[in-house]
Amino acid sequence: MAHAEGHQPQPVGQQPSPTGQRAHVEGQQHPIGIYLKIWGLLFVLSTASYLVDYFHIQGYLRWFLILTFMLMKAGLIVAIFMHMLWERLAIVYAILVPPLLLLVLLGIGALEADYTFLTRGEFFGGGSAAPTHGPAHPGPVQHR
Amino acid sequence: MAQPALTGTGGVLPRPEGLEGIVADWSSDQRAFKNVPWGKAMMWIFLLSDTFIFSSFLISYMTVRVSTTVPWPNPSEVFALTIGGHKIPLILIAIMTFILISSSGTMAMAVNFGYRKNRVKTFWLLLATAALGATFVGMQAFEWTKLIMDEGVRPWGNPMGAAQFGSSFFMITGFHGTHVSIGVIFLIIVATKVIRGDLDRQRPGFMTGRKGTYEIVETMGLYWHFVDLVWVFIFAVFYLW
Repeated sequence: MAHAEGHQPQPVGQQPSPTGQRAHVEGQQHPIGIYLKIWGLLFVLSTASYLVDYFHIQGYLRWFLILTFMLMKAGLIVAIFMHMLWERLAIVYAILVPPLLLLVLLGIGALEADYTFLTRGEFFGGGSAAPTHGPAHPGPVQHR
Repeated sequence: MAQPALTGTGGVLPRPEGLEGIVADWSSDQRAFKNVPWGKAMMWIFLLSDTFIFSSFLISYMTVRVSTTVPWPNPSEVFALTIGGHKIPLILIAIMTFILISSSGTMAMAVNFGYRKNRVKTFWLLLATAALGATFVGMQAFEWTKLIMDEGVRPWGNPMGAAQFGSSFFMITGFHGTHVSIGVIFLIIVATKVIRGDLDRQRPGFMTGRKGTYEIVETMGLYWHFVDLVWVFIFAVFYLW
C-alpha cells in the first residue's frame, strides 16, 4: 500500500517506473487473429445449433446437441472474448464459482415443477400425467 | 496520492500461480485482483449479479413450462418467417443470433485496437458494434410486433397453447433487449470519448475524477460480451428447446 512509496519517493505527477506503468496500462494484449478465429468458430456453432432445429432432430439427441453447442459457445465467449483465460485464478474463481449455486435453484425448480404438473394432472385432468414424463427430468419437457 | 505506489508495486514482486496464487492474492493485504483495474473488477461483479437475475428468469421459465398441462407453442413454427414463398423455421432468430455474435467480434477487436492506442480503428469498430446492436433491437421490435399484432400473443394468453409462453417470452426477451439498448447507448458514449481523444489525454470522464484510459473500452466490452452470452442461453433454452 502507501508505505511502498516511502522507499522511493517520487514527485507527485511524475510518471512511475516504465515497467510498472506498462504492466498496468497495457492490459489484455493478444494477437487479432485469435478473435477472428473465435468469431468464425462461434458462427459455425450457431449454424450447427440452428441446423438441429432445421432438421427436426428430437428427443435426447436434441437436448444433448443444443446444450453442448450452448456451453461451447458460452465457454468461448467467456474464455477468449472476455479474457478469462488470461486472468489470474483469484478473479476467475471469484466470478465463475458462485453461479454454480444456481444449480441448486435449478434442481428445486425442476422438482417443484414436476410435482405441480402431476398435481394438476391429478386434480384438473387437463392432460394425462403422461407416462412419458419421468419424475426427474432436469429441464423443460416437450408437450406436443 | 497512493495511486502511483499501487501501480508501481504491481509488477515488482513475483506472483505464484495456481491455487497457491489464489491464497497469495487474497491474503496479500492489498487489492485481491492483481492486474485487474478496479473498473473491470466492478463490472465483473455487476455481471455476476446480472447472471443471477437472468438465471432466475430462465429457471422460472423452465418451471412454468414443465408444470403446465397445456401444450407449449412450438417456437420453431411461431418464429418462422415466409421468405419468397418458403416457410423457413426460426430464421429471424437465427439472423439475430449471427448479428449479435458479429457485434461481439467487432467489440473484441475494438478492445484490442484500444490497447494499441489506435484511436480511429477503435472508434469505427465501436460504432459498428453499436450499429449491429441497434439492428438486433430493431429486429426484436419487429418480432414483438409480429407476435402481438399477427399471432395475438399476450402475457396472459395466446391462441397457440400454454398461457405461460407469452409471459416468459416478453419477460426474458424484453429484459435482454433492454440490456442491448443500454449497451448501444453506452457504446456510442465510449466511441465519442475515443474519437475525441479523451482517453489519449486521460481526460476524466462523466461523474468521476479518475483519468480516462483505454481500460474503459475493455470494461464496456465485458458488458457487451455478457449480453451476447445471455443470448446464447436464451437462444438455446427458449427458442430451440
